[in-house]
Formats: sequence, C-alpha cells, structure tokens
Amino acid sequence: MAGDHKHPNYMAIFWTLAVLTVVEIAVVFLPFGKLVNGTLLTALATSKAALVAMYFMHLKFETRTLGLIALTPLAIATLLVFVILPDAFFVAHKTANVKPATEAPAKH
Amino acid sequence: MSQAAATHAAAHAVVEPAESPLTPESWGKLGMWIFLAGDAVGFGTLLAAYGGMRATSADWPNPYAVLGINLTAAMTFLLICSSVTMVKALEWLGRGDRGKAKLFLFFTALGGAIFVGCQAYEWTHLIHRGLHIDGNPWGAALFGTSFFIVTGFHGLHVSAGVIYLLCVIGVVSRRPDPAASYNVVEITGLYWHFVDLVWIMVFTFMYLL
Repeated sequence: MAGDHKHPNYMAIFWTLAVLTVVEIAVVFLPFGKLVNGTLLTALATSKAALVAMYFMHLKFETRTLGLIALTPLAIATLLVFVILPDAFFVAHKTANVKPATEAPAKH
Repeated sequence: MSQAAATHAAAHAVVEPAESPLTPESWGKLGMWIFLAGDAVGFGTLLAAYGGMRATSADWPNPYAVLGINLTAAMTFLLICSSVTMVKALEWLGRGDRGKAKLFLFFTALGGAIFVGCQAYEWTHLIHRGLHIDGNPWGAALFGTSFFIVTGFHGLHVSAGVIYLLCVIGVVSRRPDPAASYNVVEITGLYWHFVDLVWIMVFTFMYLL
C-alpha cells in the first residue's frame, strides 16, 4: 500500500512555493494600487495553497469526493465574506451618519 | 459461538474494503480530512471577520509597515521547508527506512518549534512597541485584537503539531514494521501541511495585504 502513491517531484513544488513567496513580497512594493495588488496577492496565495493541497497533501491523487470535502470550507468562507460585507458597510454608513450629529452640537 | 465469531469476521472482511470508499487506506485519513475541513472553516471565519473589520475601519494601520515582514517572510520559508521534510519522512518510511523517517519527522518538529520561537520573539517585540490585544498606537484597536487572535490560533496549531509529530516519532519507534506506521505518518502529514497552508493565507492577508 505504501508504494501505491505516485510521488510528485517535491523539490520542484518546494522551489515553486519559495519563488511565489518572493514574488508575493515583491508585489507589496509595486505601485499598482490597492485593488490590483490585493488581487495579485490573493491569486498568488491561492495558488500556493492549492500547490500544498494538491501535491503535499496528495489531493490530486485522491477521489473527487474527498476533493469536494476539502473545497467546502473555501466555499463557506467565501460566502461568509459576502454575508459580512453588507453588514460591514451598513455599520460604516451608520457611523458616517452619526458624525455630523455629534459635530453639530459642538458648533453651537 | 466460535462459528458466530467466524461468520462475523467473514462478514467484516467482506464489508471492510467498501467502508471508506473515499480513503481506501484507512478511516483515520477520512477523519483527519473532515477535521481539517472543519478547522479550515474556523480559520476562514477568522480571516473573513478580519476582512470585515478592516473594511469598516477608517484608521486601520498599514500592516506591513507596522508588523514588518522580514522575520515573517523567513518564518514562511521555514514552514515551507518543514513541509518538505514531512513529505521526505513519509517517502523514507515508504522505502522501509525507519531511521531516516524518524530523522525527517524530527526535522519537521524542529522547524515547527523554531517557528513558534520566532513567533514568541515577534509578539514580545510588538508588545514592547505598544501593540496590545485591546489597542495600539497606530490606529484601530481591533488591529491588535485580530492580529493576536489569528496568529495566536495558528501558533497554537503549530505547537500542537510539534507535540503531535513527537508522539508520532514514538509510534514509528514502537512498530518494527515500517508499513505499520505509514498510514499514521501520512495522516500526521495532512495536519502539518494544512498548518503550512493556513500560514500561507495568514501571511498574505494579515501581513502583506
């Protein structure tokens, strides 16, 4: 059973992860603005995480259903962001409305 | 009585291979995957909450300017290295070399221990500069709260992983047949790589973004 696993080239994965980490740190200093940098960084981090899961955790060689189990948390976390964000902006909106009210008495 | 036991054993032998079709190697592996999926939801929730708090805050400090990324970049590299020593340990065990497997498991645990040590140093340094769980000199108080909760939750996972790895070295030592501990080491590897994977996300979202 021990020999059943196909062994990927772990050193190649290691160097890819190391290079991607250096690229990530370089991206921080790029002058492209928050949105572009954020998108680049998220894409790089997701690729690195995918490499670890697919090769180090052997997910590439497992059944498709196990892959779905592994992907479920990602789907839940992504959904959660969309659940939290409207609430987050609602709170920001409220605090923005409160500010002039607190400033108004000070002008009296 | 003995016939019943034999029938039971025969039925068991027939049923057993089909019992865990997702992970034919063992139930333990499926168990670890399900645990990790649950744990991933925990980390996902923390990071999503971090994003939500940061999006609403008007005075969130620039993380990489405040936290510094030199040490954490080295820590990231260290954790990636420890993932490689983990796969090497499993590879050596697959080839039947228990000694080499134990050595690489020890390197993995050592990498984790150094990581936790670096984190303790980083925390001490930041606390001295004024970063506290309930406030900091650079802006939103929740910046400190989320920093300590998320990196602390991850550091706890690394610490648990080091203890786990040391226990597994004991398991490999006790079982003379390398094949008998292959599954245990593979399951340990799943946990360890997951901790590495989570750090990749934490490093990006809490330090670089």
